Amino acid sequence: MSALTQTPAEDAPPEPPDEERPALGRRYTGYLLILPGVLWLGLFFLIPFYSLVATSLYDPAGTVFSGYEMTWAWSNFDNAVTDNWQPLLRSFLFGGLATVFCLLLGYPLAYAIAFKAGRWKYLMLVLVIAPFFTSFLIRTISWQLILADNGFVVDTLQTLRILGADDRLLNTPIAVVAGLTYNFLPFMVLPLYASLDKIDHRLIEAASDLYASPIRGFAKVTLPLSMPGVVAGTLLTFIPAAGDFINAELLGRPSDSMVGNVIQQYFSGGNNYPDAAALSMILMALILGMVLLYVRRAGTEDLV
Amino acid sequence: MTALSRSGRWISDHIILIVGLLVLAYTFVPIAVVVLMSFNAPEARLTYQFDGFTWHNWTNPCEPEGMCDAVVLSLEIGLLATIGATILGTLMAFALVRHRFAGRTTANLVIFLPMATPEIVMGSSLLALFVGTGFSGDLGFWTILIAHIMFCLSFVVVTVKARLTGLDSTLEQAAMDLYANEWQTFWRVTFPLVFPGILGAALLAFSLSFDDFIVTNLNAGNEVTFPMFVWGSAQRDIPMQINVIGTAMFLVSVLIVLAGSLRGRRRATA
Repeated sequence: MSALTQTPAEDAPPEPPDEERPALGRRYTGYLLILPGVLWLGLFFLIPFYSLVATSLYDPAGTVFSGYEMTWAWSNFDNAVTDNWQPLLRSFLFGGLATVFCLLLGYPLAYAIAFKAGRWKYLMLVLVIAPFFTSFLIRTISWQLILADNGFVVDTLQTLRILGADDRLLNTPIAVVAGLTYNFLPFMVLPLYASLDKIDHRLIEAASDLYASPIRGFAKVTLPLSMPGVVAGTLLTFIPAAGDFINAELLGRPSDSMVGNVIQQYFSGGNNYPDAAALSMILMALILGMVLLYVRRAGTEDLV
Repeated sequence: MTALSRSGRWISDHIILIVGLLVLAYTFVPIAVVVLMSFNAPEARLTYQFDGFTWHNWTNPCEPEGMCDAVVLSLEIGLLATIGATILGTLMAFALVRHRFAGRTTANLVIFLPMATPEIVMGSSLLALFVGTGFSGDLGFWTILIAHIMFCLSFVVVTVKARLTGLDSTLEQAAMDLYANEWQTFWRVTFPLVFPGILGAALLAFSLSFDDFIVTNLNAGNEVTFPMFVWGSAQRDIPMQINVIGTAMFLVSVLIVLAGSLRGRRRATA
């Protein structure tokens, strides 16, 4: 887990201040400063996990109105998976595909900003986050229009015979993955950029002085040095993408639903809290497992 | 050989920039659609396409029933959540960078975890807490606010911490050498230097709060925030005015960011 906290998103804990730095206050000041925030996160982030675990074991016969009974109903987990293994699988498939596409699109962009943008670097960074400032939902609704059956994109692809005359993009898994890719791209670009920007240019020059071709230099120097950014970006893209249900709802068919859709429906239906909680737990456990595996793997080979 | 490698270098020099710019352009396609649709005069309900130009949506932004109430609610919650998360998060960042204490690793982990948790899991566990403790009837303004402060907090800590870590401590030492006490050093030197980071964190918190749908929707009770209004209308027919709000939000935030960067640049050259 310590490798996880050292991704650029959460910078490695800096060295505690040396004694010659201005010591602001006495020994307990640190606790006083951090306490309110930690309390807030404890009360409203950690304790809710306990509630979620409890809810996932309630008697499924209860409702919000009649109340729930704790019956240690482990069968909720069984039911949740049996009924919803397809949306679960789809979440990981769609999230994974979107992450790969984000990496393919985001790497050249981050590379261009870090090495080629010159004095436009700052402007390009602002432009990367600028689309964030328009609501996520409104942007996703815009994709409905762009991918619509009579829209420019579908017409062009049909003219090029890439799509058949009756094929469509909207309400297909392609649209869902495209939407996820679009919406989470900045989460990939920013950590990649942070990682690439730290690379000492002299190392790349050294590679080319030693007769490495640009491609070889990239593969042997730049890419390995940017791995922390790749790991951080991949996690920051995959986690929200796998849990998302907005893209599947607005751009896909009901049969393309992801696990987020199911959890959302169970909760808003109001009568299926135990199953919804069990599904949430499963999603979280799978994601945490993948994260740990991924970090350990990337950590031993390519991270420091 | 040399011609080949020279052309290879030219390609690698420029192709990547071109590809990068194309990717950047692609991220703006939906924004262009939002701006365009804000001037749309729809001919029929239920079809979402550009039918004709009009100023109507801009001159009657509050026409769709309940939309402006939702915007006001989102602004209120955004403002309060920003204030709460920025204060708590800034204190935490100072504690982590400037103070030694036992349990730093745990604190770091607790701060990191909300960023590594899918929103649907965060939202549903918070709902499980509220329901489990008997507050299911009280879902509304305060539960939304609690949730927003919670998920904005980590992002504030990370942003302020980054600024604080990069701070040149010789400036503070100089102040102390010139007989400023700790309090004066903090308010005259440290705080002004960290302030851009705090401002950036506040902007981030506000946009996260204003835009949140997944967590909010689960914990909102009968309240309707702007993203919830958009979601609801996407299931029926979409009023063009949501694009007016989207465009306005985009313009205002880009202006704020550009103004901030211009000020920063002027100060840096002065």
